[in-house]
This record gives sequence, C-alpha cells and structure tokens, in this order.
Amino acid sequence: MTSVLAITDHRRGELRDISYEIITAGRELADETGGDLHLAVISGTVDEFAEKLDRDGVDAIHTVDYGEEFNHGVYSQAVTQLYDELAPQYVLAPNSVNGLDYAPAVANELDLPIVTDAVGLETDGDTLAVTREMFGGKVETTTELEGEAIVTIRSAEWPVAEGTGDAAIDAFDVEIDEGALGSTVTGFEEVGGGDVDISEADVLVSVGRGIEEEDNIPIIEELADALDATVSSSRPIVDNGWLPKNRQVGQSGKVVTPDVYIAIGISGAVQHVAGMKGSDTIVAINTDPNAPIMDIADYAIHDDLFDVIPALTEAFQ
Amino acid sequence: MKILVTVKEVATVEDEFEIEGTAIADQYLGADLNEWDDYAVEEAVQLQEAGLADEVVTVTIGPEDCEQTIRQALAKGADRAIRVWDDALEDVDVLDVGAKTDILEAVVEDEDPDLILTGVQSGDDSWGATGVALAEDLGFEWAAVVNHLEHDLEDGVASVRRELEGGVEELTDVELPAVLTIQTGINEPRYASLRGIRQAQRKPLDVQGLGDLGVDAAAVEGAVTLTEMYEPESESDVTVWEGGAEDTAGQLAELLREKGVAP
Ligand SMILES: Cc1cc2nc3c(=O)[nH]c(=O)nc-3n(C[C@H](O)[C@H](O)[C@H](O)COP(=O)(O)OP(=O)(O)OC[C@H]3O[C@@H](n4cnc5c(N)ncnc54)[C@H](O)[C@@H]3O)c2cc1C
Repeated sequence: MTSVLAITDHRRGELRDISYEIITAGRELADETGGDLHLAVISGTVDEFAEKLDRDGVDAIHTVDYGEEFNHGVYSQAVTQLYDELAPQYVLAPNSVNGLDYAPAVANELDLPIVTDAVGLETDGDTLAVTREMFGGKVETTTELEGEAIVTIRSAEWPVAEGTGDAAIDAFDVEIDEGALGSTVTGFEEVGGGDVDISEADVLVSVGRGIEEEDNIPIIEELADALDATVSSSRPIVDNGWLPKNRQVGQSGKVVTPDVYIAIGISGAVQHVAGMKGSDTIVAINTDPNAPIMDIADYAIHDDLFDVIPALTEAFQ
Repeated sequence: MKILVTVKEVATVEDEFEIEGTAIADQYLGADLNEWDDYAVEEAVQLQEAGLADEVVTVTIGPEDCEQTIRQALAKGADRAIRVWDDALEDVDVLDVGAKTDILEAVVEDEDPDLILTGVQSGDDSWGATGVALAEDLGFEWAAVVNHLEHDLEDGVASVRRELEGGVEELTDVELPAVLTIQTGINEPRYASLRGIRQAQRKPLDVQGLGDLGVDAAAVEGAVTLTEMYEPESESDVTVWEGGAEDTAGQLAELLREKGVAP
C-alpha cells in the first residue's frame, strides 16, 4: 500500500539536497498513515540516482527514464501517471523553482488540493495538518485538509535521510505525449559572475531594503571600507539595480559562509536565509525586534541603521 | 495581442502586532499592491509600449476596498480592470489555489487573452501556485519564475529565462497563449505619474460576481481550512545589545575586533 509518493529533484547530473530531505518527510508521513513510501526520480541518469536515493525508510523507487534535464511537461505527465498507478494518499514535491513549475499543474490535473512550502506535516490518517508561514515568516499557520493532497515542502526543514535501504527499484513505463510538453528548454546559463566573489569573503556587510534609497548605499560601502570587508545584499537591492547581481545572497543568489555576516535592514526571508545561515557569526541590525532574521542571529541591535552604521564606521576610522 | 495581468492586494503587517483567532488584528494591517504583481504589470505595460500588446487588462479577486490598489495598476498604464467579488467570498478565510484557479479561469474565458502574467507569489500567503495551476486548467503553455522575457515574441513564441536556485537561469521557449509567473527584478516598475493617476480614475473598472462569471459558489469553499495562526517560537539565543546607537555600535565594534576584523 503506497501512502506517500515523493518526487525527487536533480539538476545537471546531481541530486539536490531536498531529494534526501523529502525522504525523511515522506517516511514520517508514511509512518503516520501506516503505508509505504515510494520515491520517483524522473529524467537524467535515473539508475544512478536511484542507487543513491535508496536510503533507510524508502520502500520503492520508480525511475522514469525520459529526457536529460527537467521539463515540466515530462514531470507533470509522469507524476500524474504514477499517481494513477500507485494511488498514494499524499504526493510530496520539493518547493523548489522546478517543483513550483509542475506541482500546481499536477494538482489541477488530478483535482487534488495543493499546499505549498510546508515546514511541518502531521496526519491522523484522514486529516492532514500542514504548517506553513505567512507574511514573510512573521507568523506560522496550520492549514488542514481531508483526503488526498499534493504538498510541496521547503528545503532544509527536514534532516537528510541517511543509511542504505533495500528499496525495490523499478523502471516505470511512462507514456509521454511530446505534443503536450508545454515548453522547450533550450539551455542554461550561470549568472552573477564578475569582479567580486562574495562566497570567498571573510567578512560581509550585507544591506537590505531597510536602506530605503540608492543614495544611502555609500554609508554601507564606507563601513565595509573601514572594516576591510565586502558588501553583499538581499535581493531587492539587486532588483533595484543598486548593486550588481553578483552581490546577492540567497536562494537565487550566492551561498556565503563568512566568519562574520552583518545583516543590515534585512528581514531574513527564507530565500535570503538559505544563502547565509552557514555564516559563523551573524549580526543583525534591524528596527524590528520580531524580524525573522533574529531567529538565526547570534548578536542583534534593535535600532535604526542610520544611527548605528555611522557610529560603527566612526569607531573604525 | 491582449495581456491579462493578475493583480492582488496583499495585507502588510506592522512590526508589532497581535493575532486574533486565525488572523492578525485589523489595526496592525495595511494594504499594498503585491510586489511580484507590480513587476508583472510593468512587463505588460512595456510590451504595450513596444507595440506588441493592444490591451492590458488586470484582474483582481477582492472586495471594494482594494480598488485603490487596482487604480495603482491602472495609473501605471493598464487599460482597464476587472474585480471579482461575491458575498460567498466574504467568509472564506483561505481562498485556496483551486478556488482562485476556478474564478480566474472564468475571467480568462470571457477575455480570451494571448498572454497572462501573474506574480511568482503573493507577499502575504505566498502560495506561489496559482499561475501554473491556471495554465494547466486552460491548456495554455507556461513558465514559472520568469526573470527575463524577449520582447519580440517571434512567431508567437515567448523566449524566457527561468531563475533557478544558485544563480543558474534556464532558457525556455513557450508558445502563446501562455501564462508566465513573473519574478522581481525582470524590469524596473515605474512610479505612477500624476497624469497616470488622474487618468486611472477614468479607466473602466468592471465588477463581476461569481454568478456573472458562471462560477458555482461552492467552488470558493476550497479544500483547505486555516485552523491556527501564531507567532513562531523563537529558538534563538541571540544576544541583544542594549543602549543608544553609540553604545550598541561600540559593542559590535568590540566583537569585530575580537574576531580580528579590521585594524
Ligand atoms: C523564488 C524566489 C527567490 C528569491 N531569492 C532571493 C534571494 O536569493 N535572496 C534574497 O535576499 N531574497 C530572495 N527572494 C526574496 C525574498 O522573499 C524577500 O523578498 C527578500 O529577501 C526581502 O529582502 P529584505 O530583507 O532586504 O527586505 P524586507 O523584507 O523588506 O526587509 C527590510 C527590513 O529592514 C528593516 N528596516 C527598515 N528600516 C530600517 C532601518 N532604518 N534600520 C534598520 N532596519 C530597518 C525592516 O524592519 C525589515 O525587517 C526570493 C523570492 C522568491 C519568491
């Protein structure tokens, strides 16, 4: 009896971490419903992937050998057919950029409710309670639903599954309608290179939307100069064109691991935190004592950056 | 070519707030045009300025209060707006993805656009799923998390870039009619000019009920209910430095020197 079907994620020949995290989430859920955990790995070198995915707690792995890289049409059709075949109660997919490119389509096609970006899951077998955030992490909520569902799960919320398993690995015979793929991927490109590599910096002075205006950026640069540090930023600063793309820290920017990360006027949205949580020492300067960044900061100043930063710069000049 | 842009008014929350039941108490809430939709509106208006779109129409699901936000989109250059509301929507605490999709589908059937632009997600409940679900529903092609769109739309194909994690972009061709979910940074949203704001007052804003759209009121009940809302428990052991800016800056300076930063 399949109760959970979890879809794994990979890119350019590598399984992404979420693929091992989703095993943990899926196992927990399968235990609560008393069923089996099935994984699917779609496109790419599926047999190689399947071997790696065969970790403790996985009952079966279905390989869909079709195409090299992600294509949302292939994923939608494959997941829909796997669902029809396996009849799982819950389908788990990663809340990644690619997960969000097919999971809502699958939900609509199968007429299932979808809940995205889950940070917690609990079920008594009938009702599924999903914990998720609202308002950029200011509040947490529980949403409930009955029956079958598709849920996308946030990365780095569940531990990576370890240990070798003894899953049954089988090649799933999928029928892909090429005419209905719905988009054509023509290539990939790395962006955000350039003169400075913020991922190499020991000290980052990182600026967020709290800086308000482009004209205020120099006060951050002056501080960085005084500290002999590198300037980085949250996404809105780059979106506004106030700093180049290679300065962006986060999910769609760079992952950084400096000795010291000073987050100035940055709220700490999950996509930002994804890029800097590995910093040794995190200092947050923010007027909002409840900003999510405070949850991961080691030191904090709850004050106006326009008062604190000049004083700090002065202390070093 | 006709472009339909989904525009949502999102709730914003003050730094300090209280929760009442499963909602934030009204007095701590503000309202704003969803950040991601702002970029979607801008992209549509730029396509119109490039001579590719004849008409840009916005659609919003929301009560009368949000007309101010809709006028903001009109002031930035959209031609007209549709607002969908109904008594049946009044008491719904979560309008889930399926319910939104059903409503928007009915609007699309009336309007018959060639291109639909939505934000990647909304800043308040951040489902991030409506655009793709809608596309599937309509049988349109789609692309999620688009941060670049070629404006020639040669032979009815939109060449887009999808922004993946870690600074990698995927290049994808999507045939029209299509739904694109727009990521921030794709353009520079304009501020509405005074002239734009004046003109927006005169642009048509059409209000539709579920009945007008032929949507069954049962559709909006959705499958998902919100049962709890609370402030996340902080697991942090953050050291908060107290005092005026001079004092706190001094303490931070001391820490930095201890860590061997700077002179
Ligand atoms: C698919 C996707 C990918 C994304 N990728 C990234 C990414 O790679 N990196 C990234 O950063 N974001 C990313 N985001 C965006 C992310 O969700 C947030 O919108 C963004 O991180 C918010 O940036 P911020 O903290 O600077 O701004 P805000 O959230 O607006 O926070 C500003 C903060 O400044 C504080 N502040 C205001 N004034 C002052 C003052 N005078 N003094 C001190 N503090 C002040 C406020 O209290 C607030 O906490 C992504 C989003 C999506 C949907």
